[in-house]
Amino acid sequence: MAIYLIRRFVIMIATIFVIATLTFILMHSIPGNPFTTQDRSTSEAVQENLNAHYHLDEPMIVQYGIWLKSLATFDFGPSIKQPTETVNDLLVRGFPISAELGMWTITIALISGITLGVLAALKHNGIIDYIAMTLAVLGISIPNFILATLLIQQLAVNLQLLPAATWSSPMHMIMPIIALATGPTAIIARLTRSSMLEVLTQDYIKTARAKGLSPAKIVIKHALRNALMPVVTILGTLVAAILTGTFVIERIFAIPGMGKYFVESINNRDYPVIMGTTVFYSAFLIFMLFLVDIVYSILDPRIKLHKKGGS
Amino acid sequence: MEKILEIDDLHVHFSTYGGTVQAVRGVNLYLNKGETLAIVGESGSGKSVTSNSIMQLIPSPSGKIVRGSIRFKGKDLVQTSKKEMRAIRGVDISMIFQDPMTALNPTLTVGDQLTEGLKQHSSVSIGKAKKKAIEMLRLVGITNPESRLKQYPHQFSGGMRQRIVIAMALICEPDLLIADEPTTALDVTIQAQIMELFKEIQDKTGVSIILVTHDLGVVARVADRVAVMYGGKIIETGDKDDIFYRPQHPYTIGLLQSVPRLDMKEDILQPIDGTPPDLFAPPQGCPFTARCAHAMQVCANVHPATSYLSDSHQVECWLQDARAKRQPV
Ligand SMILES: Nc1ncnc2c1ncn2[C@@H]1O[C@H](COP(=O)(O)OP(=O)(O)OP(=O)(O)O)[C@@H](O)[C@H]1O
Ligand SMILES: [Mg+2]
Repeated sequence: MAIYLIRRFVIMIATIFVIATLTFILMHSIPGNPFTTQDRSTSEAVQENLNAHYHLDEPMIVQYGIWLKSLATFDFGPSIKQPTETVNDLLVRGFPISAELGMWTITIALISGITLGVLAALKHNGIIDYIAMTLAVLGISIPNFILATLLIQQLAVNLQLLPAATWSSPMHMIMPIIALATGPTAIIARLTRSSMLEVLTQDYIKTARAKGLSPAKIVIKHALRNALMPVVTILGTLVAAILTGTFVIERIFAIPGMGKYFVESINNRDYPVIMGTTVFYSAFLIFMLFLVDIVYSILDPRIKLHKKGGS
Repeated sequence: MEKILEIDDLHVHFSTYGGTVQAVRGVNLYLNKGETLAIVGESGSGKSVTSNSIMQLIPSPSGKIVRGSIRFKGKDLVQTSKKEMRAIRGVDISMIFQDPMTALNPTLTVGDQLTEGLKQHSSVSIGKAKKKAIEMLRLVGITNPESRLKQYPHQFSGGMRQRIVIAMALICEPDLLIADEPTTALDVTIQAQIMELFKEIQDKTGVSIILVTHDLGVVARVADRVAVMYGGKIIETGDKDDIFYRPQHPYTIGLLQSVPRLDMKEDILQPIDGTPPDLFAPPQGCPFTARCAHAMQVCANVHPATSYLSDSHQVECWLQDARAKRQPV
């Protein structure tokens, strides 16, 4: 186990390194630099001074070295556009908000998706099944930004039930979370239903019934755990999807999370912020995937982490 | 002898997209206390449906017991409520299924699966349940049971898993054990060991056993009585010797002849020609008519009544009807 963890950790570091390098290359292959889009009023001399200050006049390889150093020390320096703040400040401020949005989303998607899927499977071909699956198809096919706009129009503008934007109270959180969680909920519900249906025909379920166990116990203890394996498998992908979803949703609802800084930094060519947020996002995602693997091995004793190649 | 189980005129239907399958069509059967009854017959004859009916484990709503009674210790299981039935399952009647590789939940420890029935049905302490589980594993011949409890099914071989399944079925000390082809999925040497185990356990606990099997060799080894099923009916039942030495139904005779035996000349070994009857539209008369070398006009039209050849031996065949002319064979 310890060997596995060490190996896994090394692979994580390597992955982050590769991502960081790719981001660096992509970022600098876009023509221009943070100051070229600025108004013309800045003189040549000021431009040069700025370039020198941010080491933009150095050769690429030196800039890359500086970048790696900042990565290794977790100090990405100040933002170019908002020089009063460091990238770390932005992360510290934005991440908790994004994390809150993301965690609520995944929690709600898991709970409602699994519940819907299980109910649909238990009442296979019944009314609940049809309703749940119709909702699921809708949920999968409506993009989150459309849903977000619809929600704002109906709940905030027409009915005036909920505040339209920002992230200042639980009431403010309802719409963004619904908008972001609907798609994942639908995916989880469909997956849970089909794998639950399959599990319920398994022999060990028959054995459990032959033991005289109560239906609740059979479903929860014997069926659900096995039926959730596929859900856990796609959890990594789902987390990634929710993460990208936060960029859009945070923008629509004007939520001051990390997504906002990330998108703005790309528009502004704010190199330190791009680098910092990208690396942070990747590290977070890689860590989530690692967690998923751990959960998977807990759920299924046949999977032994240390026997598997690190992935 | 005391009858522990009596099945009377059992009819089980399944409604499917293709129509209604009349899987079991009037089964009469009894089981004496402490004996082993083997149910034999070819694939699709209704053996599993009959045994699942006893446990009330017919998949609903597609399957339904449409007629008949199943009396277990005097109580009709067909009329028993779901809740009462749950209290009977695993405690009074236990069941073992064909494939030990799939009968155990891969994500739960063997110890958990062994004891959960016990915990469900009685208020034993965890320590006591564990002790009982160890005792059961020892009974079925698993060495080192203490450490084995914490393991998962995939850490056992097929034969060991079937032993665990048997231990699981016996942990609440049931009066009746139904084993639906318990050794079909195992290799031959393991099969013999498992059958030996059944006998041993019966000697120790006095449990009555219904053994569903294709394998006449197994029947010869462990059964006291035999019921031969065909087309959803039991066409002949008798003591083991009745069936093996004095088979009367042409199907039983065919079944015995289709099994290779050391003392048989090769040319006597013959499969039964033809296919089993269509259970969507079962024949009016004897289901074996189409394949029977001795079929008569009456066979196709009217199903024969039961002929009692002796106290133990009964057959449903026109050839044995009291009105049929006897000819010295
Ligand atoms: N759930 C079901 N739905 C529809 N038909 C079924 C169902 N279960 C059994 N049957 C039908 O009932 C008949 C008897 O099946 P059963 O499983 O009892 O046969 P069997 O004698 O146990 O055969 P085998 O030796 O292959 O196990 C078959 O024709 C089968 O197709
Ligand atoms: Mg069967």
